[in-house]
Amino acid sequence: MSSNSEHQKSTGLHIGTAAPGVQKVNPILVIDHVKKSFGGLTAVDVQHLEIPSGAITALIGPNGAGKTTLFNLLTGFDTPDTGAWSFKGKELAGVPSFKVAQMGQVRTFQLTKALSLLTVLENMKLGAKNQTGEKLLNSLFPFLWRKQDNELEAKAMELLKRFKLDAKKDDFAASLSGGQRKLLEMARALMTDPVLVMLDEPMAGVNPALTQSLLEHVLNLKKEGMTVLFVEHDMHMVRHIADWVVVMAEGKVVAEGPPDSVMKEQAVIDAYLGAHQDTDLGVVTGRIKVISEEGK
Amino acid sequence: MDWGSILNNTLAGMLTPTILAFALAALGLAMHFGFAGLLNFGIAGFMAVGAYGYAISVLTFGLPWWAGMIMGVAASVVFALIMGIPTLRLRGDYLAIVTIAAAEILRLLFLTTAFEPVTGSADGLFGYNNTGGFAEANPFPVGDYGWGPWTYNEQTLWMLTFGLIVLAVATLLLWALMRSPWGRVVKGIREDEDAVRALGKNVFAYKMQALIIGGVFGALGGIVLATSTNVSPGVYVTSLTFFLWTALLLGGAATIFGPVLGSIIFWVLQAFLTNVLPALAESGILPVSGIQAATLRYVLVGIGLMLIVIYRPQGIFGDKREMTFVK
Repeated sequence: MSSNSEHQKSTGLHIGTAAPGVQKVNPILVIDHVKKSFGGLTAVDVQHLEIPSGAITALIGPNGAGKTTLFNLLTGFDTPDTGAWSFKGKELAGVPSFKVAQMGQVRTFQLTKALSLLTVLENMKLGAKNQTGEKLLNSLFPFLWRKQDNELEAKAMELLKRFKLDAKKDDFAASLSGGQRKLLEMARALMTDPVLVMLDEPMAGVNPALTQSLLEHVLNLKKEGMTVLFVEHDMHMVRHIADWVVVMAEGKVVAEGPPDSVMKEQAVIDAYLGAHQDTDLGVVTGRIKVISEEGK
Repeated sequence: MDWGSILNNTLAGMLTPTILAFALAALGLAMHFGFAGLLNFGIAGFMAVGAYGYAISVLTFGLPWWAGMIMGVAASVVFALIMGIPTLRLRGDYLAIVTIAAAEILRLLFLTTAFEPVTGSADGLFGYNNTGGFAEANPFPVGDYGWGPWTYNEQTLWMLTFGLIVLAVATLLLWALMRSPWGRVVKGIREDEDAVRALGKNVFAYKMQALIIGGVFGALGGIVLATSTNVSPGVYVTSLTFFLWTALLLGGAATIFGPVLGSIIFWVLQAFLTNVLPALAESGILPVSGIQAATLRYVLVGIGLMLIVIYRPQGIFGDKREMTFVK
């Protein structure tokens, strides 16, 4: 917990008043007029959005707001009807997903994608980029790739230790629990030496104790100079670690700003948080008495 | 019943050019399905391309046997490219439908009388082993070799030696590929191609490479088969594909030696049933005629395939933890 309290929020990320589409001091992702429809439904319609570099940005919004679709569009897993977006100044429209990943923009999935019948260590080593032995002809001659492979193994073991998965290295990923698979997916993404890490609901289905360590891992990413963009419904996590919050509803960006101020905006409360965000669920449903009154 | 001859024939069935051809094609299927997760139901088509490529190059274009075989392999690479470019973007089960259709189209093209001067239509092609010089390249002097059920004349010994060398090289190649980082990516694609794509790998290129390598193994199987029998469109039928699948699943889809040993077990069982079932019918133990008894073995093969998939999906040699069908 010590590093949690030490952690400093990044401020001064934007220029001018915080409003949807506000300009950032140092944007890593710039999105313009990105629109995607599924039949009659407009899933994503973002006029302008900039993601600040070197900070942790949270993307929140109600179910069906288009958060995951936006993720898919930005990483090349889906193509928008119109629009342009750039990563570190390079245009990404029409770039296939594997090239996006090679450029340093790596993502995880809402439904965890562990490679079940590969061992944990193999999962990790697969993540590394520019492997000599991954070329067909080179693969037949171990002396060309053995050294690099051993180095990658050492790097993978270091990451696995950090994520407390080192004891599982020879087990199939299929034998891991749901939370451990989330950890593995995040650790595997780090094997690619990313610049921007995009996490789709990293905390979903993870127990509270593991949430703590996952939070630390996310904060560490920023400490190491990476930019983080994540989708999450856990508002405690968003408040605690996000430097910037983007709120989406019905495909549009309805608000953005630092977490403390953006969560007080009426539009955000109406669209997403609800009026009783800080009240116990039992109080909302009327099943238990208001605790604060009891205490007095 | 003559148990002596039944046993003798069964033992002789342990090493034949057909088994070697089967093992090669099953190795190709292991590359496709076992390691890359490509549901290829058109492996008979790859075998046909190899066999016809060899025979036509020799008979129509007058190439020597080794150049004809290289042409057969090259043709299978082209076939894999033509089939792969439009279909590898499809999900697994759709690929299965397309491959089965492609193999059938190919077989019907070889069967039609329109190309009879080149393909020989329903009669197929023969004599290419002599014309191309494969038979002449035999290094063994005339005579009988081996002992007991495994006695071969110099021609069969040459076919077996040739087939064994090709099989050994292919097995070694597959082993070397699958222990490498390349093999790791391919196995990753089998598990979840989107996850591999998200890590910056060109999934389409890897799938294409896997399709070509497995297809080349299939073509080599067709060529080895062509050294021992005639090339005929009646051989490369869909049931051949399913026999190969049975052999593959019997041995273990995601293993190196599984397809080889699976092919041997499959053919030894076939040889045993071919001999024992008519004998049982003749001696009145089975209440069917001799011909009916001979076809009964296919029924048993079908039942066997079902039992393997249900009770031992990883095959005889597969890792217990690795259930190819259970995801």
